[in-house]
Amino acid sequence: MDRETIYEGLVRRGVSRREFLKFCATTAAVLGLSSSYVPQIVEAMEKKEKPVVVWLHFQDCTGCSESVLRATKPTIGQIVLDIVSLEYHETIMAAAGHQAEKSLHDAIKKYKGKYLTVVEGSISQKDGGIYCCIGGRSSVDIMKEVAKDTAAIIALGNCATFGGIPQAKPNPTGAIGVMDLIKDKPIVNLAGCPPNVENFTATLVYYLTFGKLPALDRLKRPLFAYGILIHDNCERRGYFDTGQFAKSWGDKNHRLGYCLYELGCKGPFTYHNCPTIRWNDGVSWPVMAGHPCVACSEPKFWDNYAPFYADSNSSFFAKATKIGLGAMAVAGLTKKENKE
Amino acid sequence: MARLVIDPVTRIEGHMRCEAVVADGKVKDAYSSCTMWRGIEVIMKGRDPREAWIFVQRLCGVCTTVHAIASIRAVEDALKIKVPRNADLIRNLIIGNQCVQDHVIHFYHLHALDWVDVVSALKADPAKTSELAKSISSWHNNSATYFKAVQDKLKAFVERGQLGIFSNGYWGHPAYKLPPEANLLAVAHYLEALDWQREVIKMMAILGAKNPHPQTFLVGGMAIPIDPESQNAINAHTIAALNKYADMGIEFVEKVYIPDLIAIASFYKDWTKYGGNSNFLACGEYPEATGKLWLPAGVIKNKNLKEIYPLDHKKVMEYITRSYYTYSKGDKVGLHPWDGETTPNYTGPKPPYEYLNVDGKYSWGKAPRYEELPMEVGPLARVLVAYASGHKEVKEVTDMVMKKLGIGLNDMFSTLGRTAARGVIALVTAYKIKDFISELAANIKKGDYTIANTEKWDPKTWPQEAKGVGWHDAPRGALSHYIVIKNKKIENYQMVVPSTWNLSPRDHKGVRGPVEEALIGTPVADPKQPLELLRTIHSFDPCMACGMHVIEVKEE
Repeated sequence: MDRETIYEGLVRRGVSRREFLKFCATTAAVLGLSSSYVPQIVEAMEKKEKPVVVWLHFQDCTGCSESVLRATKPTIGQIVLDIVSLEYHETIMAAAGHQAEKSLHDAIKKYKGKYLTVVEGSISQKDGGIYCCIGGRSSVDIMKEVAKDTAAIIALGNCATFGGIPQAKPNPTGAIGVMDLIKDKPIVNLAGCPPNVENFTATLVYYLTFGKLPALDRLKRPLFAYGILIHDNCERRGYFDTGQFAKSWGDKNHRLGYCLYELGCKGPFTYHNCPTIRWNDGVSWPVMAGHPCVACSEPKFWDNYAPFYADSNSSFFAKATKIGLGAMAVAGLTKKENKE
Repeated sequence: MARLVIDPVTRIEGHMRCEAVVADGKVKDAYSSCTMWRGIEVIMKGRDPREAWIFVQRLCGVCTTVHAIASIRAVEDALKIKVPRNADLIRNLIIGNQCVQDHVIHFYHLHALDWVDVVSALKADPAKTSELAKSISSWHNNSATYFKAVQDKLKAFVERGQLGIFSNGYWGHPAYKLPPEANLLAVAHYLEALDWQREVIKMMAILGAKNPHPQTFLVGGMAIPIDPESQNAINAHTIAALNKYADMGIEFVEKVYIPDLIAIASFYKDWTKYGGNSNFLACGEYPEATGKLWLPAGVIKNKNLKEIYPLDHKKVMEYITRSYYTYSKGDKVGLHPWDGETTPNYTGPKPPYEYLNVDGKYSWGKAPRYEELPMEVGPLARVLVAYASGHKEVKEVTDMVMKKLGIGLNDMFSTLGRTAARGVIALVTAYKIKDFISELAANIKKGDYTIANTEKWDPKTWPQEAKGVGWHDAPRGALSHYIVIKNKKIENYQMVVPSTWNLSPRDHKGVRGPVEEALIGTPVADPKQPLELLRTIHSFDPCMACGMHVIEVKEE
């Protein structure tokens, strides 16, 4: 039997044509595309078969899956039942044990060369892989087996992209990201701890619409989500430029929403679209709620961007006192490097 | 005798393996194993205690927030920081919101499929499902047309042949007892709960900046400011929004979760006979203005509800006799977390493997014991301790649920009791959230905008050495973090978490952990389809990322 198209799936689930078009338009906006692309997205959704997705969990906390559960455009129900055919996902699948392993093996055999692989969590290489085993097999073995016949891999979250928290010093388990192990497959890195689900759905839609993966930076992150520094889109940027800073938690400046740079904000060094798409359906994001950015979409942020708070003892504060041009030059440098 | 292996155990957080010995249709013995380790405690050493919460929050993204809360409390305990009431209230709201959302997700998305046969829902008469729905609740989605539409969607999904997440379930298993109509009702609410969980958690997103992994916690208070005259702080908009999501929580738990729980459980009352434990530990939660905790702490031994022992962290010891670690004083001793050691010592089979060596070490999880006893933690422990302590709200709701099910307090020591207790906690917490919002609003009205105590923010104000404990009764049970601070840095960081208690392997005396013990005697109709084991395992709501990637560290 032919697999149904995404649009058929949505109609079957009672989504109106109007809602469907709205979804396509929103997606175009997240992708940073002009409205002229909307018809192309609509057409793709109407005609493309649902892609088969295999979702692997390694050294993870399931926070990336939880983030995906908060999807709004489309919702998680739509993603799981209509947009993709999710053949393997340990957190939500009905099957367990041997039956679960059967689902995985059936999928990679049946959809050889066609399935998308989503990876959550880092891969543990040290000591023959003993620190992460599923069904009695190591994460290295499983990753290699599934990668062999996959069309592409989406590494979801900071652990799968760059090694994440398991890789923080001293990296006790030899944790690595997917791209450190798999060299011969297209990989998209959706960094963030956790990643924002809107960027995940937009990547899927991009792939379905344009038949290819989005343009990436040198760290394999899509430019549509990681192309601009947080600092450059931050709603508090004006306060930074005029030198108005929150100095202490709950002081008048903090309450008024002044810049958090002197409290340790890493927005000037972090590529992510938090300020524009925000979190949980646009409700908030860390700077908006009053807490500094911790650079969670950057490689090795646990080591390279800590201490996360600035105080008179930290080297970060020394930098922060040279506000304005000095800091902007640092930000500019980072940016240039990133775009090479 | 059959040796049965479930690996991966799915619909849990993380990587769990269960091996069981089955004879004459019953479980004779069981072994619970965690198959993954990240070594986060090793990573914590030498870092700034003020940012420990950002790291350890990443232990788990399902019970997001819980490790952050325990961490800031541990540091505040060590540095003797008193947190302003507003900060406690904001934390209580985040904790409560997490608890209610998490319990609903557990019931529908992680546990329900052990009791609900999705395929059977196709045979249901939607009109009869509607009658059933109306008889148990006034929830608005209750018409025959509505259930017909859900059934049609499901039908089309199944007929398409791509079952996705529902493929290879144990559909048609003889242990499924619900009539098709009840199955259809549950499937409809499985889908509704998917939408609800995303909305209701916006309370946390407002106060915590995002979910999962909110980012406004702070040692000494909270980083989200309060100012009714500012548009960048908690203001009247915020209070209105918090009330909206609080009401959304109450409505769903009251009208969907609890009625479904009772309706489904009434077909499975034989599950009051299986899955029980004898010892329980709750650490209490929700600081009140009086300084007391709203839900009480306490320890129950040998099912004796007449005596509730006070909780004392000094009585907690961890054993590694059957875990993949070694202690410098030998593998038979127990260590208090402040003196804990983490030296991995993997003696298990080389992957790929078929069976674990269950006669030796077999898990990355340690075996925590309280006065040498294994302890069940989680909603059932919380309910039993509160009930026995005469907690008004918990007693009322528990009595209501027991009455509707026609069961008694002794029946609560079971798989069914554990699943029912989770519903009780969700409901009382959903109501309590409203009180916290009112109190926060009243404080703002009085002109109290304080969110943080910053007296000890500067490390220069700290003593050379300090030790602290942070408790948090998380959705999955009592959680404790232990910190030793030396020269402004983390010297030792340790965590004893709910799933370490519940899924612990055997200890130095060979005594089983709570899940292992609970599995003994479970009926197994077909060892190739061990649905019944999953019921008891899932009733504990295991969270392996928390429980088993977590071991304390003290490097020599």
